[in-house]
Amino acid sequence: MKTFHYTVTDEVGIHARPAGALVKEAKKYESAIRVVKGGKKADAKKLMVLMGLGVKCGEEVTVEAEGPDEDAAITELETFFKENL
Amino acid sequence: MDTYTGKSIFKKIAIGKILFYQKGEQTIKRTHIEEVDAELKRYEKARAAAIEQLDALHEKALKEVGEANAAVFEVHAMMLEDDDYVDSIVNIIESQQVNAEFAAATTGDNFSKMFANMDDDYFKARAADVKDISERLINILSGKEGDQVIGDQPVIVVADDLAPSETVQMDKKKLLGFVTKYGSANSHTAILARTMNIPALIGVDIQEEWNGKLAVVDGYEGILYLEPDGETLARLQKRQQEDLETEKLLQQMKGKEDVTLDGRHIRLYANIGGVKDVADVLANDAAGIGLFRSEFLYLEANDYPDEETQFRAYKTVAENMAGRKVIVRTLDIGADKQADYFKLDKEENPAMGYRAIRICLERTDIFKTQLRALLRASAFGNITIMYPMIISVDEVRKIKRIFEEVKQELKEQEIPFGDVEQGIMIETPAAVLISDMLAQEVDFFSIGTNDLTQYTLAIDRQNMKLDHFYDSHHPAVLRMIQMIIENGHKHGCWVGICGELGADMTLTKTFLEMGLDELSVSPAFVLPIRKIIRELSIG
Repeated sequence: MKTFHYTVTDEVGIHARPAGALVKEAKKYESAIRVVKGGKKADAKKLMVLMGLGVKCGEEVTVEAEGPDEDAAITELETFFKENL
Repeated sequence: MDTYTGKSIFKKIAIGKILFYQKGEQTIKRTHIEEVDAELKRYEKARAAAIEQLDALHEKALKEVGEANAAVFEVHAMMLEDDDYVDSIVNIIESQQVNAEFAAATTGDNFSKMFANMDDDYFKARAADVKDISERLINILSGKEGDQVIGDQPVIVVADDLAPSETVQMDKKKLLGFVTKYGSANSHTAILARTMNIPALIGVDIQEEWNGKLAVVDGYEGILYLEPDGETLARLQKRQQEDLETEKLLQQMKGKEDVTLDGRHIRLYANIGGVKDVADVLANDAAGIGLFRSEFLYLEANDYPDEETQFRAYKTVAENMAGRKVIVRTLDIGADKQADYFKLDKEENPAMGYRAIRICLERTDIFKTQLRALLRASAFGNITIMYPMIISVDEVRKIKRIFEEVKQELKEQEIPFGDVEQGIMIETPAAVLISDMLAQEVDFFSIGTNDLTQYTLAIDRQNMKLDHFYDSHHPAVLRMIQMIIENGHKHGCWVGICGELGADMTLTKTFLEMGLDELSVSPAFVLPIRKIIRELSIG
């Protein structure tokens, strides 16, 4: 499993639109992708649960990727977070 | 006539008949079904249709309200593809053997509850999105889709709440305004109302029997008038007409320079009476604030406003004006503006009485508090201070001494402040006649034409009997203005007008020819005067 930490800088947090974009991005990979916030885990391929995490600006999340393409997934997703969140 | 209040989303007036909008969602029957597979297929077909609708709406919204607001439909389509949402509906149909409408409604309720229970306002508001997509599915399933909400006549739509998809699907040409019971200033509907320039009120206790009645939405005051009386209707129609004209001007004049055809620049500023007026200043594109009447802070309070309260008000205005000039007139109380806690005696002749700077110079505690607040706010924007009712050089010197004392105190306490220009109002004939001497003491003059005219002509403007003796273009007043400008310029002062005469468009050319540097008028006059300036040639 590969991970990275990220502190959200978008002022409304992981809100609907970037959450939607993140789901699209995550679905590109075969690996399981999860966003973890304070012990709560959300499947990054599922929009509702991802939004249900309620990640706000300034909060730190951990992103995990586990599966055959985890290396590529984690690199690409880290870039995605930096650019969009 | 009945009046109702609510929170206004967009400052504009709407006048028209009310359409009471009810969603067709309320009654969803739970029906037992035999053919689970057929029901699943029916659901799948409806879901595909819903996504197709949302894609089309997204396209439409992109054109009408821009990308940021259109994104909601993209998100809705994604929600309809969300595995958990889809699985939940399928599960309910399979396990309970119930109709797809019921399964969609139950799923929608569950997910919207999840969002409604979150502690962040943004995510809370997403509950409405989930309900919205479920309703779309249900409408497709039950064949209710495609009903035109609005008929042939333009209407004010009144509803419990409006989903974004509902507002975008309404025919904009026939939509005059919204009034809703629920919704937040953060909701998509509110944002859409703003983007579409439609007045909207939220938090209004709406009633079904309003349907078909004439109403006025006053977005400026946050009031809904139901069956307005003639006077109210006429007043708001006039305001609406003014809005229309301003809007037209706005299109033509916003962002343009205040310069004559032959290149003479003038600073066109706006007068305000409180923090809330800043929005009007910005909307009308004034280059600064030429008169910020600080009295409101005193008149709205039951006791002397403290430094912190004043500081916050000045800071807010300075920050909102983002570096543009904000000229604050110090306390001008007395005469017709009274606050009980000042305990001012009743006077025979209040216009010539104990008022304005005369109070400040005797009660330096009040004056110093205001100056401290102003100086502190100057660290956050372009604050300029102006003193009213001056008649002598001695007064100005006293003021400057007090000002320096306050600055020194702040320095000692290491409280930051910025560079502050100081000026005086020229509104007494005495000040006019010694304007050459006064000009050596200050950075600028601002001519208060209301009092100056009253004192020069010895005409009480409150006395209607004197109306036909009164002449706002009296040569004595115009000569005084000329004299003030000349004396000011001779000693390096810039000169402005902040009285009512400044908005007299028949004089704009005269003022420019006299060499006036600044003109400050009510926000609504800024753009009409800009138009005149830009068509003038001074030669």
